[in-house]
Amino acid sequence: MNFSARTLILLGFLLLLAAVPALAAAFKEPFYLDLFRRIMIFAIAALSLNLILGYGGMVSFGHAAYLGVGAYAVGILAHHGIHDGFLQWGLAIGASALVALVIGAVSVRTSGIYFIMITLAFTQMLYYLGISIKEYGGDDGLRLAKLSQFGDLVDLSNPTAFYYLVLGLLTLLLLLVQRLVNSRFGMVIRAAKSNEARTRAIGLSPYPYRLAAFVIAGAICGLAGALLVNQTAYLTPDFMNWTRSGELMFMVILGGIGTTAGPLLGAAALLLLEDLLQGWSLLPTWVHRYWQLYLGIILVLVVLFAKRGLAGLLPERKGGKDG
Amino acid sequence: MILVLEQFLNGLQLGVMLFLMAAGLTLVFGIMNLVNLAHGSLYMVGAYLATYVYQSTGSFALGVALGLAGTLVVGVVTELVALRTLYERDHLDQVLATFGLILIFNELIALLWGRSAIYSTLPAYLQDHVELLPGLRYPLFRLLIIMVGLAVAGLLWFVVARTRLGMLIRAGASNRTMVAALGVNIRLLYTLVFGFGAALAGLAGIMAGPIYSVQPGMGELVLIQVFVVIVIGGIGSIRGALAGAVIVGVVDTLGRAFLKPMLATITTPTAADAAGPALASMLIYLLMAVVLALRPEGLFPARA
Repeated sequence: MNFSARTLILLGFLLLLAAVPALAAAFKEPFYLDLFRRIMIFAIAALSLNLILGYGGMVSFGHAAYLGVGAYAVGILAHHGIHDGFLQWGLAIGASALVALVIGAVSVRTSGIYFIMITLAFTQMLYYLGISIKEYGGDDGLRLAKLSQFGDLVDLSNPTAFYYLVLGLLTLLLLLVQRLVNSRFGMVIRAAKSNEARTRAIGLSPYPYRLAAFVIAGAICGLAGALLVNQTAYLTPDFMNWTRSGELMFMVILGGIGTTAGPLLGAAALLLLEDLLQGWSLLPTWVHRYWQLYLGIILVLVVLFAKRGLAGLLPERKGGKDG
Repeated sequence: MILVLEQFLNGLQLGVMLFLMAAGLTLVFGIMNLVNLAHGSLYMVGAYLATYVYQSTGSFALGVALGLAGTLVVGVVTELVALRTLYERDHLDQVLATFGLILIFNELIALLWGRSAIYSTLPAYLQDHVELLPGLRYPLFRLLIIMVGLAVAGLLWFVVARTRLGMLIRAGASNRTMVAALGVNIRLLYTLVFGFGAALAGLAGIMAGPIYSVQPGMGELVLIQVFVVIVIGGIGSIRGALAGAVIVGVVDTLGRAFLKPMLATITTPTAADAAGPALASMLIYLLMAVVLALRPEGLFPARA
C-alpha cells in the first residue's frame, strides 16, 4: 500500500481527532469532547450521502430521513424498555435500509429535479409522521431513559468511551466506503454518473446498482442516527427536518464532493462555523442573534465560487481528480 | 353533505393558492431550467409586506398592491444579483445556493419583524359570508381567493398560449440559443418571467396572510407541498400545475377533515385517534408515490 499525500493528511486528521479527549481533559473543556463527537457523527451521515451524491450523482435532498429512522428505532425500543444496544442499533440499520429501499425503489427510477423533489417530499412525509405520533413524543420529542447498553463492552455514558467508539466507527466506515467506491460495484456507479448511455451500452443497467448504493447509504446514515440519539439522549422529529438534509448536502459540498476526506472536513467546517457564529465571544451579539443570515451568505458564496470544497485545497493525487 | 361541500371548497381554496406558487416555480424550471427553493421565501415576502402595509395604513387594498409590487421587485433583484449566475450550473448548485437564500430571507424577515407569528384580520367588507346554497354559508374572502386563482389560471393560459410574449416564453423554453440568435433579449425575458413568477408567489402569500399565521419559515412548508403538486402534475406544465394543485388541495383538506371519523367506523376510536392525523398528513405524499409509480412523468407532462 502506498500512501498518497491526501491519505496521509486524512490520517493526520484522524490522529488529531484521537487526541481530542486528552486535550479536552488537559484544558478542562469537556464541551469540545461533545462537539467533536457530534462532528464525527455528522461526518458518518455525510459520508453516506457522499456515496450516493458524490460518487453516484444522485442529488438526495432527503438524507435526514435515515438519520431520523435510525434515531426513532433506538428511541422506540428504549421507550418500550428494550435497552440492548446490539438490538437497537441493528434495528436502526435494518429499518433505515428498508425505508431507503422503499424510497429508493420509487425515486431512483427518476433523475434530475424529480429525484430532488421526491426525496425531499418523502422525508417530509416521515417528518410529519414523527410529529403526529403522540405515543413517541410527537412534536415535543422523547427523552431517552437510558442510553444503548452494550454490557461490559463499552459504556456510552462514559463520554470518552463513547467518543472513541464513534471515532472507531468513523474510521471503519471511511475505509469501507473507500473500498466500495474502488470496487467493481463502485466503478459501475461512477460510470453511470459520468455517462449513463455508455454504461448501458456496455451492458450494465444502472438501476440495481444505484438502488443498492442508495440502500447502503441509508443503512450507514441509520447508524449515524442511532449514534446521534445517544449523543443528545433525546429523540425529536427535528432530526428529520428538511433543513437537516440541506445541511448534510452542504457538508458534502463544503468538504469536497466525491472525495474520501470531504465529508469529515465538511462536517467539521460547518459545525465549527455554526458554533462560532452562535457563540464565539469575539463576535458581536448581533451576529449571534441572526447567525443563520451569515451562514446563508457563506453558503451562497461557497456554492458560487468554491465548488471544489476544502478537499480541493489538498494536494492533487497524480493521474486523477478522484481521491 | 353540506359539510363535505364546505370542506371541498376549502380544498379548492388551498388548491388555487398552491397553483399560484406552482405556476411560477414550474415556469421558472421549464424555461430557465432552474430549481428555485427560495420561491417559498417570495411567498413569505408577499405575506409580510401586505400585512405590514395593511396594519400601518389601515388600507387592505394598498397592502395588496404594495405587496404585489414589492414581491415583484424583490424577485427581480434576487434574479439579477444571485440567480442569474445559476442558470448554467447543475441542479445541485442551484439547490444549495437557493437553500442559502432561504436562510438569508428568513433571517432578514426575523430581523425586520421578529421571529414570532403576526396575525392579521380582514377589513370589515371582506368578513362577510355568502350563502351559496341553503344552509351553506361560505366566507367571502375564501370565495374571493378561489375566483382570483381561477382568473389568474385563465390569464396565464391566455398569455402563454395566445400572445407574442407567451410565444417567446415557449420558444425560450425549447431552444434558448436559437431564440437569442433571432435577436430576442433572452436575459431580459428570463428576468421578466422570474419577476412574474415571484409576483404570483407574492399574491399567494398576500392571500394567505389573513388565513394562516405570518411568520419566518412559512414559505418552506408551502414550498414542499408545491413540489408534490409539480411532481404530480408534471414538471414544466401549467395545466399540470393547475390539476396537481387542485388534487393536492382537495385530497389534503378532505383527508384532514374526514380520515379520522372514517377510520373510527372500521377500528376503535383510540386507534383512529392515533392513526387518523398521521395518515392524513402523509396522504399527499402517498398520492405522489402512487402517481409516480403509474406515470413517472406526472399527469400532464409538458410537451417539449
